Amino acid sequence: MQWLNVILQGVLIGGLYAMFAAGLSLIFGVMRLVNIAHGDLIVLAAYLSLLATQAFGVDPLASLLLVVPVMAVIGYALQRGLLNYTLGDDLLPPLLVTFGLSIIIQNGLLELFTADSRKLQAGAIEIQTFELAQNLWLGALPMIQFVVAVAVIAGLQLLFYRTALGRAFRATSDDQAVAQLMGLDTRHVFAIAMALSLAVIAVAGVFLAVRANFDPAIGPARLIFGFEAVIIGGLGSMWGTLAGGIILGVSQAIGAQIDPGWQLLAGHIVFLAILAVRPQGLFPKVSG
Amino acid sequence: MHDSPVLKIRAIDAFYGDFQALFGVSLSVDTGQVVAVIGANGAGKSTLLKCIAGLMRPARGEILFEDAAITGTPAFEVLKRGIALVPEGRRLFPSLTVEENLLIGGQSRRPGPWSLARVYELFPVLAERKNLPAPALSGGQQQMAAIGRALMSNPRLLLCDEISLGLAPIVVRDIYARLPQITAEGSSLIIVEQDIVQALRAASHVFCLQEGRIALHGQAQDLTREKISAAYFGV
Repeated sequence: MQWLNVILQGVLIGGLYAMFAAGLSLIFGVMRLVNIAHGDLIVLAAYLSLLATQAFGVDPLASLLLVVPVMAVIGYALQRGLLNYTLGDDLLPPLLVTFGLSIIIQNGLLELFTADSRKLQAGAIEIQTFELAQNLWLGALPMIQFVVAVAVIAGLQLLFYRTALGRAFRATSDDQAVAQLMGLDTRHVFAIAMALSLAVIAVAGVFLAVRANFDPAIGPARLIFGFEAVIIGGLGSMWGTLAGGIILGVSQAIGAQIDPGWQLLAGHIVFLAILAVRPQGLFPKVSG
Repeated sequence: MHDSPVLKIRAIDAFYGDFQALFGVSLSVDTGQVVAVIGANGAGKSTLLKCIAGLMRPARGEILFEDAAITGTPAFEVLKRGIALVPEGRRLFPSLTVEENLLIGGQSRRPGPWSLARVYELFPVLAERKNLPAPALSGGQQQMAAIGRALMSNPRLLLCDEISLGLAPIVVRDIYARLPQITAEGSSLIIVEQDIVQALRAASHVFCLQEGRIALHGQAQDLTREKISAAYFGV
């Protein structure tokens, strides 16, 4: 029962990792941009939520109503004002620019909020648990987090395959020049994709901040989790991303159960093993 | 018979870096007219279409569409004005289904005679295969889908780049046989072709490009084989 509990907790945390990964995968899929600042943007969202809770006295989950649109606007502006100029045949310029952005965000947060660890308080919901079976406990907050993650992934999947916007994303990803011939302003399409990615990041950032301590320097490690979940799941597949997040979460939970020092190591080892055996990921996009 | 030209190009020069691809090219297209642009490989035919469609900015000269200058207007704006390009090599979106390819062509929501139903009427085979991914179509069907996709934006001017390329003659004849249905809806057509016989049969007016210059132009029925081959090969 103890192991079942460990696996269950791993699955639930996997939802959070899947949210880290979904935004990353979306951006890479639409515009071949590897966003090195992704993790730092998650932390930025956490601090925005902190500000909102302090300024308005609202619950962290309620602060999502503010943090999600603000992050989306930041995403749109960032893409239109900066990142669109880095895109081209070469993958290196966006990589370097987002790396610089990562440093700027980390140091900006350090300057504004100091290096102190913070945590958002969600109140009673944090300690509420249900007993699923004898000795099998489920926390309310991890459960909400997982349900939200699944809803976000399902929403993105629907958007991609059932809406005109999703069609525009896929067409632009296939062939930018021809997408323009169809009347699509690719700079606008890219900016919408970045806005969407940062909206997902905002949700992930708030859950991260409620779940554990955060400080300005934890971004890069979240970026790594996101990358690992994307690669385990297979690029371009949203449900694969969820599976990737869950596999990473379960691996870390099992590692931590064996020895508390092994949590991250176990995740990395499983990631490397999958990369070695199945470099295209477990559920790669099927395309012609 | 024709009112004022729908497209007027005045002396455009175009470059790829230092290489000049077009030298003072001028031409005009009347409403409902089919104009063929012929010429050898590298004569500048595709470059001319790219300049009209907004994928390339001419260095000098002017392009007027329905009496408004569109020189250097980006491609997505040009489409909204009413010019659609069927690109060379068809270039359907491979991760979209046939129907999604058509729908994306119509996403600018320009009003006009063309709709999904009308495109399926013009090319019934596309209706049968609408849910297949675009790469599952044969070459001829892909060309039909590419033309249909462009029609979905209800263009006033349709630019067709090498629609016969890589297709069997019978398929090419089949596609060309349907072009009159497009002009019947009031669209003008510029067809760029290496297949001169097809082009002369379909067009009323022909421009022959040679090394970036208009070497010959005139009514299709007035051009003799000798004149064309002289202009085509520069002999």
